[in-house]
Amino acid sequence: MEDIILLSHGSGGESTRKLIEEEILKYFRNDILEELLDSAVFNLHGKTAFTTDSFVVSPIFFPGGDIGKLSIYGTVNDLSVMGAKPLYISVGFIIEEGLSFDEFRRILQSMKLASEECGVKIVTGDTKVVEKGKGDKIFINTAGIGIIEEDLDWRGRKIEDGDLVIVNGGIGEHGIALMLERLGVKSGEEVKSDLAPLNSLTIPLLKSSKGVKFMRDPTRGGVAGILNEISQKYHIDIEVYEEEIPIKDWVKSASEILGIDPLYAANEGKVVMIVSKDEKEKVLEFLRVHPLGKDSRVIGEAKKGNGKVYLITKLGTKRILDTLKRDLLPRIC
Amino acid sequence: MEAKALIESIRKISKKEVNLMEFCGTHTHEIFRYGIRQILPENIHLLSGPGCPVCVTSEEDIDYIIALSENYDLGVITFGDLVNVPGSKGSLNYLRLKGKEVRIVYSPLEAINIAKENEHKKYLLIGIGFETTAPNLAYTLIRAKEENIKNLLFLSLHKLTPPAMKAILDMGEVKIDGIIGPGHVSTIIGREGWKEIFDEYKIPFVIMGFKPEEILYGIYLLVKILEDGKPALVNAYENSVKEEGNKKALEIMYRVFEKGPAIWRGLGLIENSGLVLRDNFEEFDIRKIYPIKVASKKDNLCRCGEVLRGVLKPTECPLYAKVCTPENPKGPCMVSSEGTCAAYFLYGGE
Repeated sequence: MEDIILLSHGSGGESTRKLIEEEILKYFRNDILEELLDSAVFNLHGKTAFTTDSFVVSPIFFPGGDIGKLSIYGTVNDLSVMGAKPLYISVGFIIEEGLSFDEFRRILQSMKLASEECGVKIVTGDTKVVEKGKGDKIFINTAGIGIIEEDLDWRGRKIEDGDLVIVNGGIGEHGIALMLERLGVKSGEEVKSDLAPLNSLTIPLLKSSKGVKFMRDPTRGGVAGILNEISQKYHIDIEVYEEEIPIKDWVKSASEILGIDPLYAANEGKVVMIVSKDEKEKVLEFLRVHPLGKDSRVIGEAKKGNGKVYLITKLGTKRILDTLKRDLLPRIC
Repeated sequence: MEAKALIESIRKISKKEVNLMEFCGTHTHEIFRYGIRQILPENIHLLSGPGCPVCVTSEEDIDYIIALSENYDLGVITFGDLVNVPGSKGSLNYLRLKGKEVRIVYSPLEAINIAKENEHKKYLLIGIGFETTAPNLAYTLIRAKEENIKNLLFLSLHKLTPPAMKAILDMGEVKIDGIIGPGHVSTIIGREGWKEIFDEYKIPFVIMGFKPEEILYGIYLLVKILEDGKPALVNAYENSVKEEGNKKALEIMYRVFEKGPAIWRGLGLIENSGLVLRDNFEEFDIRKIYPIKVASKKDNLCRCGEVLRGVLKPTECPLYAKVCTPENPKGPCMVSSEGTCAAYFLYGGE
């Protein structure tokens, strides 16, 4: 077989069939997918969560992961923070002509391992190939379905004055690691994305504590973006304590050089949650014994208000913590 | 010293009503980020000056780049924020969306590779920034000359900080009692680089770093000097700033550039405030190769110029937060995160 993917691989003819059956199916094989019909068919029981996300990351291989793993974990995480156990995933590839089979296989292998780790099945998919220059190596869309056990659905819980904001570890690692990689900065081993699947953390946590009132994974827009969404949606103010925010040293120093605030940088293995004050100890105790929650911290507090987020700086001053207003471009001076 | 102790000390000694101006955009940004204006006694006023290289880029220069790209099919190579600065006919980003090649690089040396990989096309590298970035661009041109690269041209928008400071002091529109000296620029020009200004105006001047404690310590020194009434030029950023600056960087910078006129947004044309290419680098000099004139129309409503001079608060501009926001900036002070308007907007200045 040729060593690069060509337009003909997406044309619907023999090459497409070969690509699907001899490459993709080989990695993703399961009873539902194997039928190779126009839709995956299965039964669902219970309250269903359904989500979709597209992945266009560049470079496609980065420290701590790759676009394939990201496309699985990303969708798994969107389900996990809703309390849904992820079950089924669809995968759509948009491949730029010229992608090497070697790279494509590495991505498929990575997706296979990621889906096995999360206990999800890839049950349906699509592959398109676009002309050279019309894409950027490979884009992946995934959609996912999960089931929420009735008492794990946190949506009805009311966020109140005094509730706490908790994050499960160092922020900004994915965004800053990617930025350094793009700049070609040679950095140490500790510099890597925090990419991780959250289902093993969020679902047991929701089972152990009914004090969790909100969860979301702070991807694009970072922690600051999520907190602004929460404050506006629930008409509360949030005060964030700068000194309490967990940030790894390499993230701190790199973000200073890049002129990027880690509060706005993307995360791929973090969850921001609102927890009632009474459940604080229980939740922290639970999180800190989990491998993805060792560095969990209370970083802020909900206050009566009208939808603003404030940062209490390390000097004790208070200022607005707004959403990101522009592309994350490094400063020039 | 701890931040809280510094704040206490400032409160204890500060009696006079004083205006302190920070010239560096990074200082502006950090002062807002840490809410430093809030914790100072009410008699200490901080003013933001013209120290953000993107903010002081004139409409004429943006219009010139756009005209070049439209008329001569040049690919433009530039740094981040500059692409969003509006000229009178749009920004470089607008040019890019219309299908012209505008590339954003993180290091000027990338421009050499771009030119090498696309030999059939001419590229224009835009050099922007103060004394801090000019040596890098100078080095890039030295390399381009050594490698005999023919399809890379250069536009210098580089500016020098001391002349702008002098211009503001000469205008006398605002009373400036003390100067928060730019840390980064001083690493290049040294404490020595400010002597002329200090000797002429005798305004207390403290070069300081960018951590909140360093800024507070610098302000403490300024207040102390002002209360004692004995003006001094002090280097409070000694770990990074030497008396004579960075001689190697200055040597490289002046091997390629010489002082020349520059147009500053808000300040206009200032002689010897810019860096222009020396004659032995004229083969790169876009202004000599395409000396086209552009007629720029100024946006009368944008008050960026007055904001840059410390005369007007961003909130006093009629466009601020109404039609001019970081997502849709009407003036450069809202474009750069180091711009005063953006700092007000993002961190809730009043």
